Amino acid sequence: MSSNTTDYTAYKSYLEEDGGRKGIFKWILSTDHKRIGLLYLYAMMGWFIVGVVLGLLMKLELIAPGKTLMGPQSYNATFTVHGVIMIFLIVIPGLPAVFGNFFLPIQIGAKDVAFPRLNLFSWYIYVLGGILVIISLFGNGAPDTGWTFYAPYSFKTGTNMLPAALGAFVLGFSSILTGLNFIVTIHRMRAPGMSWFKMPLFIWTLYGTGWIQLLATPIVGITLLMVAGERILGIGFFDPAKGGDPLLYQHLFWIYSHPAVYIMILPAMGVISEIIPTFSKKTIFGYRAIVFSTLAIAFVGYFVWGHHMFTSGMSGTALWAFSLLTFIVAIPSAIKVFNWISTMHQGSISVEVPFLWAASFIFIFMIGGLTGLVLGSLATNVHVHDTAFVVAHFHFIVFGGVGFAFFGAMHYWFSKIFGRVYDKSWAKTGWITFFIGFVSLYGPMFYLGIKGMPRRYFDYLEEFHGPNIISSFGALVMIAGFVIILINLIKSARHGEKTTEMNPWGGTNLEWQVPTPPPLENFDEIPVIEKATYKYD
Amino acid sequence: MSETLSHQVVHRDDEASKLGIWLFIFTELLFFGGLFLTYAVYRNMNRQAFHLAAEELDVAVGTINTVILLISSMTMAMATTSIQKKDKRTTLILIWITLLLALAFLVNKYFEWSGKIGHGIWPGSPLLEELGRGDTLFFGLYFFMTGLHALHIIIGMVLLAVVLVRVQKDRITFDNFQLLENGGLYWHLVDLIWIFLFPLFYLIT
Ligand code: HEM
Ligand SMILES: [Cu+2]
Repeated sequence: MSSNTTDYTAYKSYLEEDGGRKGIFKWILSTDHKRIGLLYLYAMMGWFIVGVVLGLLMKLELIAPGKTLMGPQSYNATFTVHGVIMIFLIVIPGLPAVFGNFFLPIQIGAKDVAFPRLNLFSWYIYVLGGILVIISLFGNGAPDTGWTFYAPYSFKTGTNMLPAALGAFVLGFSSILTGLNFIVTIHRMRAPGMSWFKMPLFIWTLYGTGWIQLLATPIVGITLLMVAGERILGIGFFDPAKGGDPLLYQHLFWIYSHPAVYIMILPAMGVISEIIPTFSKKTIFGYRAIVFSTLAIAFVGYFVWGHHMFTSGMSGTALWAFSLLTFIVAIPSAIKVFNWISTMHQGSISVEVPFLWAASFIFIFMIGGLTGLVLGSLATNVHVHDTAFVVAHFHFIVFGGVGFAFFGAMHYWFSKIFGRVYDKSWAKTGWITFFIGFVSLYGPMFYLGIKGMPRRYFDYLEEFHGPNIISSFGALVMIAGFVIILINLIKSARHGEKTTEMNPWGGTNLEWQVPTPPPLENFDEIPVIEKATYKYD
Repeated sequence: MSETLSHQVVHRDDEASKLGIWLFIFTELLFFGGLFLTYAVYRNMNRQAFHLAAEELDVAVGTINTVILLISSMTMAMATTSIQKKDKRTTLILIWITLLLALAFLVNKYFEWSGKIGHGIWPGSPLLEELGRGDTLFFGLYFFMTGLHALHIIIGMVLLAVVLVRVQKDRITFDNFQLLENGGLYWHLVDLIWIFLFPLFYLIT
């Protein structure tokens, strides 16, 4: 590729190139996709800390039977705001907004995204949505509906759910614009020679995600507006007293929110597909199979929303159709796991920090996926519906999936982004602490759920005490791991040893062919792609 | 600043912005699609009531508004052609006409809505409570969907006003008219949605 011959001794990195602005304006007025990616990262870090504190408060409440920290109403508010923050502010935008923004143009050999100003605008909307969510905390009580805003309770409750729902609406808008921007960028701005099947897999997942963002988000947008209409005007769409149908609400909500799970998980799979071949020094196994399974997930994901409503009252035919489709959507994910493991097979693996995150991702993700099948089968679903089992399942998938991939990506691309290196031994300590904490936090919840402990209760029977203690201590361990990771990364980003090494891991994609950290427009001249990606040997 | 400017000037891709606006239009259609779905479900559940309630709406007002929007779509399309013919004056006039027609639509809508409200029909009104569930849902959907459409008209007007100013200042010219074309496409979308709303509320009784 081209850049090997270019002389980079006299270049200015994007971090030095400030567009003639000062202080914070270097950031919040910049349309450079790399700076925007970091803006998202910083905003997200702030929200995440709030969300983690709320999660911890719940676990402390649940450390013993009876009231320990808060009563039922506060507990309801806590899990609602925790859920809204984690879902709408962290894991849905998460990987695309941070790493997609930073690396998508670089990986396809472009100087920026197709619409740089729209990109910055999306970030502003994102922040606005976050502020609305926070506003909902003040006034007459934090929302207590759960992050799903189920009707009719969501327009009957006296709490402040309107700002939270509008916040989610606004965040959806930001998500649509990001997806749109990425799709157009991928269609129009690939470097010469980068045919579709030479694209890095992370790009493929962003592409699939972009389409889901575009096609699914408007539905939840209108649904949330309708709830707002109910609350403000008393229209009656979902109010049985006025002839409306709460089940319709559930359908509309999950038509978006199930595909949204794939908005979260596809880019995570993309990151893993980057890390695994790099650290196995092997061409990825079954590149095309991974691409097609990405598209298949994006497609089939639209038809399984009903598995959230098995107990809500649907026709028998609908029940088994949704159950069958749910099993079908698991196949492409299984294909990917198979491909990752085959890639590692007989590779010369270097066990670096990003690889540890990726490997533990596969472990966690498989548990999450298999327990998903338990929830997808009708009979077992009825048994564990709305129990701690569900909470365990979705934390394994959503938090395990996105969280582990996020930290993996963070450590994988850290030196490229900041031009500094992190402390490896602290990073490993953080990882193992986090991993152990994670498993002991959510693992016991599977057991508790099967034994019948319901979710969304601030209290439980004495017989559930033991596993809950383990779980609560797991939370403390995991958060300790998180703090270690965070401090290590922040310290390293500010004071870590400087590096200009272009390709520390021996990766094959374009981001490893540009200087560290990259210059403002990434490439002096647009590269011409000849080889397929992930080619070792 | 100069750095970001060059950053953008270098990159002008008309195909990309066309693709962008089409995708956006697609999301808008899906957005309304959720409401059309709701309408279909509730109509199916309350056939008789929807039938009777729809007869309350004034077909004449609806028809006039349909004609207004269709003409405005035409003038907007003509504006796109005339800028390509380097005829700035005609382009400006055509956009002005479009804007005035949009305003006429809103005025019409205002009288229609205030008429309904004068008769005691608004979301959550006591009269609707009395009339029963079918009517409540029908008029709820009516106000919500036409209201959301009116909001889109206003957004479209803001967009067209921006286009107007830019044509005036020669920022949009015969060889750089993508924004005008995109504004036009958005305007056609607003028109298209109305073309669906009109029969659903006024014609099928
Ligand atoms: C420190 C980390 C976390 C802890 C300790 C934690 C703990 C909890 C607990 C105890 C619940 C309430 C379960 C119930 O009573 O039903 C919960 C719910 C939830 N959590 Fe977390 N969680 C953490 C991180 C996350 C992350 C990263 C996400 C985002 C993917 C997330 C998403 C959710 C959601 C969506 C709910 C559901 C709320 C509901 O029931 O509506 N959590 N979490
Ligand atoms: Cu689902």
